[in-house]
Amino acid sequence: MKFSKEELLKFYETMLKIRKFEEKVSDLFSDGHIPGFLHLYIGQEAVATGVCSNLKKDDYIASTHRGHGHCIAKGADVNKMMAELFGKETGYCKGKGGSMHVADIDIGILGANGIVGAGIPIAVGAGLTAKVKGQGQVAVAFFGEGASGIGYFHEALNMAAVLKLPVIFVCESNNYAEFTPREKHLPIQTVAERGSAYGIKSYMLDGNDVLAVYETFDEVVSRTRKGEGPFLVECFTDRWSGHFVGDPQRYRPLGEKEELQNKDPIIKLKVFLQQEYENANDEINKIHQTVDNELAYAEEFSKSSPLPHGESTLEDVYAQGKQYECNSI
Amino acid sequence: MSVIRFNKAINMALSEEMKRDANVFIAGEDVAEAGGSFGVTKGLLNEFGESRVVDTPISEGAIIGLAVGSSLTGLKPVVEIMFMDFMAVCFDQIINQAAKMRYMSGGKMSLPLVIRTQAGAGFNAGPQHSQSLEALLMHIPGIKVVMPSNPYDAKGLLKTAIRDENPVIFIENKMLYGLKGEVPDEEYVVPFGKANIVRKGTDVTIVALGQMVNKAKSVTKQLEQQGISAELIDPRTITPLDKDTIVNSVAKTGRLVIVHEAVKTGGVGAEIAALVQEEVFDYLDAPIQRVAAPFTPVPYSKPLENYFLPDEQKIIEAVKKVCIGRQFPQLVGRD
Ligand SMILES: Cc1ncc(C[n+]2csc(CCOP(=O)(O)OP(=O)(O)O)c2C)c(N)n1
Repeated sequence: MKFSKEELLKFYETMLKIRKFEEKVSDLFSDGHIPGFLHLYIGQEAVATGVCSNLKKDDYIASTHRGHGHCIAKGADVNKMMAELFGKETGYCKGKGGSMHVADIDIGILGANGIVGAGIPIAVGAGLTAKVKGQGQVAVAFFGEGASGIGYFHEALNMAAVLKLPVIFVCESNNYAEFTPREKHLPIQTVAERGSAYGIKSYMLDGNDVLAVYETFDEVVSRTRKGEGPFLVECFTDRWSGHFVGDPQRYRPLGEKEELQNKDPIIKLKVFLQQEYENANDEINKIHQTVDNELAYAEEFSKSSPLPHGESTLEDVYAQGKQYECNSI
Repeated sequence: MSVIRFNKAINMALSEEMKRDANVFIAGEDVAEAGGSFGVTKGLLNEFGESRVVDTPISEGAIIGLAVGSSLTGLKPVVEIMFMDFMAVCFDQIINQAAKMRYMSGGKMSLPLVIRTQAGAGFNAGPQHSQSLEALLMHIPGIKVVMPSNPYDAKGLLKTAIRDENPVIFIENKMLYGLKGEVPDEEYVVPFGKANIVRKGTDVTIVALGQMVNKAKSVTKQLEQQGISAELIDPRTITPLDKDTIVNSVAKTGRLVIVHEAVKTGGVGAEIAALVQEEVFDYLDAPIQRVAAPFTPVPYSKPLENYFLPDEQKIIEAVKKVCIGRQFPQLVGRD
């Protein structure tokens, strides 16, 4: 597949935006601006970018606890994302959800999710809508290899296959489920081989190579749109940071972290760009500028946004807006 | 006596019971090598080996099923559901299997199993990692539900739980893990169904659950200074619930305030209030008050989570509300 320079630069920008967003929120977390848990996506940028670059605005994704990258690649507003992490009123969820619950239904983001595997059947539901309404959308479920141990995964694959739904199951195999290495919780070599048990065609690819991800999804997404789905794609990638910010990672073998950096998907694309195009560096530098500015603004926006008032805890529980007490409706 | 933290108390109970009974084993996500997400099972893998400290895949339904099946057939599992919220993923195994099997088999089957889990808000962990769902469990006959509030009780209650012949759910509030407290060096157990009278008093009874016991305790000191003598009761287990201790106390004080972190609607407080009015309605000098969370999910942002959580001020207000009137004319108009 031949990519245009514009396409390559766009991939670069998306991956860089994810990386820089994560680095920034990690710092802001350490400085006490962000409460709760943060699960960083650093290292896995090529997967979200390669997948979502094939999706349209009205396609659906169901994300995970490690969801910032998926949301950014699907086009989420980084200001609202960051403000949500700060717990501010201007955040995507008005401060009610936090990092694990960023959602934007207007652009098909059905939500990050604090429950491992829970997004998988939700994507199947979105796939059903797409099929019923017949407007050619696809639904993508992101999950880790750890999530393939949960019943949700198996039930959802089976159901999507039985109902022939336009759903793509994207496993981000990053070798750890929290602190437990892959071989301790997965009795087989690949999650992809589980697809065949449900009659689902499965792919495997190098998830640190955005071009490889894009190419496979170019095919998988268009076949899914034509009604040939569902599909399962296992993307082998790496989680550079701990399970969450602050995880001391005692379970990681010495030297592993350093090795991972040699597989940096962003550097890989950068080198490719430099080889292909003489003046690539100018454009790359420009992208760095743009992304830095965008995130500096997001930080400013988040810091200067107001915190929500306590009483707004009571709002949004029901469609009517207000919460109910059993004795005082 | 030694002063230890809550998480260490649980660790010691596990270790001692595993030594005492070779059938006891531990299973759950990240409990072995990693020593648990809150360090509760640290060191146990080294002490007892891989066959008794088992890391499982992320499979909550199968984790409880593993406990049900292995306990039915002769082992004594202590499994962990990392956050209580995730129990929602395995409720069939808890509600329809673990809780029902003895009954359905006419008493022939026995399920000595413990499910340890972590509950509660306070860390801005958001709506899916902060819930207090004990009322859902109290509603199910066939399981016992334990809610310790300090290291001493945690250790003694967990030992009792492991020796119990029934499925026991052991709820550890996440704000308690760092709490220090005195624990005897010699062996002891804390029985189920026996409330702890944390503090004796004559004017009002406060029944508090889990972590809220500690908030209520500090409140009782403040109330004392204002001339109100509060009796504080920690039921420690909600199934079985020590009805007698609560009822006797209310018969003495004539006033009751119930404090829990879970939402008020359909909460454990509703059950306790109903029991009290069934038994000692005519002793009550004021309507029972419940201090609990509003009927909303647990929000993420700090000001919202603070609003959600019952605090000392709210407990004081409730106590004053029930104390206004005959014996405490000085409080009228001051709430
Ligand atoms: C049902 C459920 N069980 C356990 C957890 C705790 N938990 C959060 S992330 C995680 C590991 C997930 O591993 P994986 O699916 O491989 O995704 P990764 O973190 O590697 O991206 C666990 C066990 C949870 N959030 N939900």
